[in-house]
Order: sequence, then C-alpha cells, then structure tokens
Amino acid sequence: MLEVALKQDLPGFTLDVAFEAPAGLTVLFGRSGAGKTSIVNAVAGLSRPQAGRIVADGRVLLDTGAGIWLPPHRRRVGYIFQEGRLFPHMTVRRNLTYGARFAPAHTPREDMARVVEMLGIGALLDRRPGALSGGEKQRVAIGRALLAAPQLILADEPLAALDEARKAEILPYFERLRDEVSVPILYVSHAATEVGRLATSVVALKDGRVLRQGPAAEVLGDPAVLPAGAREAGAILVAHVARQHADGLTELEAGGVPLFLPRLDLAEGAPVRLRIAAHDVILSRHKPDGLSALNILPGIVAELRPGAGPGVMVALDTAAGRVLARITERSATAMGLAPGVALHAIVKSVSVAPGDVGGGPA
Amino acid sequence: MTDWLTAAEWEAVRLSLRVALWATAVSLPFGIFVAYALARWRFPGREVLNIVVHLPLIMPPVVTGYLLLLTFGTQGPVGGFLDRVFGVTFAFRWTGAALASGVMAFPFLVRAVRLSIEAVDPKLEEAAATLGATRTWIFLTVTLPLIVPGILAGTVLAFAKGMGEFGATITFVSNIPGQTQTIPLAIDLALETPGGGARAARLAVLSVALAALALAVSEWVSRRVAARIGGRDA
Repeated sequence: MLEVALKQDLPGFTLDVAFEAPAGLTVLFGRSGAGKTSIVNAVAGLSRPQAGRIVADGRVLLDTGAGIWLPPHRRRVGYIFQEGRLFPHMTVRRNLTYGARFAPAHTPREDMARVVEMLGIGALLDRRPGALSGGEKQRVAIGRALLAAPQLILADEPLAALDEARKAEILPYFERLRDEVSVPILYVSHAATEVGRLATSVVALKDGRVLRQGPAAEVLGDPAVLPAGAREAGAILVAHVARQHADGLTELEAGGVPLFLPRLDLAEGAPVRLRIAAHDVILSRHKPDGLSALNILPGIVAELRPGAGPGVMVALDTAAGRVLARITERSATAMGLAPGVALHAIVKSVSVAPGDVGGGPA
Repeated sequence: MTDWLTAAEWEAVRLSLRVALWATAVSLPFGIFVAYALARWRFPGREVLNIVVHLPLIMPPVVTGYLLLLTFGTQGPVGGFLDRVFGVTFAFRWTGAALASGVMAFPFLVRAVRLSIEAVDPKLEEAAATLGATRTWIFLTVTLPLIVPGILAGTVLAFAKGMGEFGATITFVSNIPGQTQTIPLAIDLALETPGGGARAARLAVLSVALAALALAVSEWVSRRVAARIGGRDA
C-alpha cells in the first residue's frame, strides 16, 4: 500500500493530490500536463515537493511536516522510465545487476534467472544497450528495476516512446509484472487502452487534482472521467472464457451475460478483461431483433453526461458491469434517455479490438 | 642511440617528460573535481572560479609566471610556508617547472572534462540513484566511465601543454640545465647560442614526434572507449 499526499506549485498549475495505491497496478491516468510525472518523481525522490507526505508500506519516504525527505537512493523504488535510461557503457547483465548490490542484505529479492526468463531477455545479456531495439531496452529496464529489490515499482509512460507493434510486445510483460510481483506498481499513462488492460485501480487526474480514484472498472465506468478525451473513453468488463465454438468464436461470460469474440486462445474458465470503447456501443430502447450484432447487454441508464460538442456520454449499468456509450445529444433526446431508463447496449463482437483484450484478473 | 643527442639534450628530454607527467598527474584529480563542480553544481563564486581557472589561458604567460613567483617563490606566502613546513621548494627547481606547466595546462584539462560531463545525461545519474546508488557510487560507476574519452582528451592536451610550456616556466623558475631546462627552454637557449641551430632543430623534431605519439595513443584509446559505449559488443 502506497499513500501519497502532495502539494506543489509547478509552472502553469498547482499540484494538489491525495490518493492511495493498493497492491496491484495503479494507473495514474490523465492528459499530459495533469501532473502525473511530477507525482511519480516526488515518490521516487527526484523532486522535493513543498508540502506532502508519502508512505510506502508504513515506511515514511516524505513528510514535510516532520522534516523527513529520504534521498532517492534510500527509497527502494524501482523506476521504469519512459526512455529506458539504461547505462550505455554496461552490458545488459551489468545493467540488470546494478541495483542488487545496494539493496539491504536481508531483503527478499527476485531471482535473476526467473526475471530474465519472464522478460525473455536471456539472449541479450552480453549485449550493450546501444545494440538493442526500443522494445528490448524497455524489457531490460523493467528487469533492472525489478532486480533492485524494490518495495514499490514506478513506471512513467513506459510505452509512450514505442510504436504500436512494440507496445503490443511490452504490454504482456506488464501484465505478468502485475500478476507475479507482490509489490505495488504505480503506472503513469494517458492511453485508455493501456489503462483498460493493466489497471487494477485507477487514479484519474485533471489539472493537478484527483478527479476520481478507485477500482479500475468503477473509475473508467464514470462518464466524467475522460482524461484522454471522449473519443478514447471506454469501460472495462471482467469476464471469463465459457466455451470455444467450432465457428471460430469464443464465448465469454460476464455476470451471467454471454459475449462472443473472435477466437481467443485461452482455456475455459480463464479470466479476461474486456475494454469496450464508448464509440463502439449502440443503444436501443427495445430488444433488437434481426440484427447482425451478437453482443447485446440489457441495462439501466445510470448517468448522462453532455460533452463539449454534440455528443453525450451514457453510463449504463448491466449485469456484466458498467458500459459507456457515446451517442449524439439529438439521439438521447429523441430516445427520452434519463437515469433509470431501461436500455439495450449493442456491441458488435468484431468491434472489441484484440489489443483491448487482456488476460489476468481484475 | 644516444649519439644523435648530447647528454645535455637527453637531460632536457627526460626533464620535460618528468615535468609534464607530474604536472598532468597532479592536476588531473583537481581538474576533474573543478570540471564537475562547474558542470553540475550551482554555488556562489562559481563564475569567479570559472574565470580564475581560465585566466592562464588568456593572460600573457609572463604574467602567470610572475604571479607564481610572487606566490610560490621562497619569499612568497605559499612558497615560503611550503618551504619551511614541508621542505618543498619550487623556486629554480623542476618542481616549479611542473607547477608552472600544471597551472598553464589546467584550463585545457578542465574544458575538455567539463564538456564531456555536460554531455552525460543527468537522467542516467537519476536512474542510478533510484536503483540505490549514493552520489559517490553514481560518479564512480556511471559518470566517470562515460567521461573517460573527455578525460583522455584533456590529459593529452595537458600533457602536450606541459611539454611545451615556455613563458611562465622561464619567468618563474628561470632556465637552469638539469632543473628547469625543458625542451622548449633548451631550444630557446640553443637558438641564442652561436652554432646552436642544429641542436635546436634536433630538439624541435623530437618535440613534434612526442606530441604526435601522445595524440595517436589517445585517439586509439578514445576510439576503443567510444566503441564500447556506443553499444558494439566489446
């Protein structure tokens, strides 16, 4: 558990936040300039906030009231930077082992062989960072942070500098990190797909303040939380594989509701996180009939939130979980939408992008 | 081997090497420290330090020599103290020639090292800190290895300057064979002596050869270091 409370005047805005990051992966979610990196740097000790208190698992890293400021080298955080920041003059092996010698002798540490295997970097150990691809560098950076025996892992937009193919290559490693490492992970992102796939909890930030915090499905299902803009909005559903069909579809089940997706290579019962983008959802007042879409979720309107343009964000509570739909205000008025109205959300199975389907528990 | 240079000339060569080596070796740690301070720290007096370090580069060497004489001469405040307390004398000794060479070479050393420190991304040092390294460890394991090319370049420049220093040396410690008569001073004397032209020419050729050799060695080492840092598997 990580507790953060910070107040800091920054160029252009004031950072004033308080949040908690439980075990698992907490995403600091917000646009550029929302203060995400400032928070992570304050947690790592790379900056000195004017006022604040940061406690990691009972260890006070910062308490301006008590005059406590631990220097970065005594904080025991594993920081995965956006640009990797590997030491160019050392081999991958020496980069990986760099932090271990500074960790206190009695601390439990990750096994080097296991980490190397998990990240698939065994073949790179004798190379130098200059000879690695962007994705390889980032995997080594993850390993380096992990092997320093940290009590907390920080990741500042670790995928932002990579192209789509490399992002898809690295994302599964962060999922494994989330599921296999016991220390809390604080992960900065402004990409809704990453958040949907990785987050166990989300702290949504706007202009240096916390907009909302809580479990991922809850925060992302709030139509007010659109740090990446309405176009990027989407809800998270937690499902598991029900059965594989012969026609190439995989049937999932979320809260008793069946959902169909193109074949997912997962065993029956395997947990799946789905992200349903708000612009991929069509709403209907009546149970649709004769539609090609396979996935239809009945639900009740929880909230309507008009946007800046002609759009309105509708939050729908279904048995499978909270679903967001982005429709025009004209349609909302014509359909007489209001909280409490019963609706059907139609999701075309193909519109659930493979990149948005992540394995692992919520 | 020795017959193409007279004993006195060999003396000048040996003395030059000794003066330049000592001047370089002693000023190196100070040079790295000052370069680091100028590159990375913000402190009152930083600009003053910067100017003082660079003064020997801009002032007439005679003036530097004269100031050394005033300060480090046997009658001078620092020179007198060192002479009385530690028995270290600079006046008219090779140690004085080394001091003059070191002072004249210092700005070259500091400039080269400072440029290479400024080229090291502080973000790498931050990364090392988050991994648990103290400031000293960060310097030894990250900064220092990355500035080796700059240190080598500065060392060669300082060494070459030490071999060739003339104005400040002759002003400070005079031209004494076997004590302060380095190659440049021996050439100067040869040129003023009737029939000394051949001797001056021999020493000049030797001077050029030593400088070229030093440069070649440092280029070779720098290239190897740069290749290592550049990522090609060493």
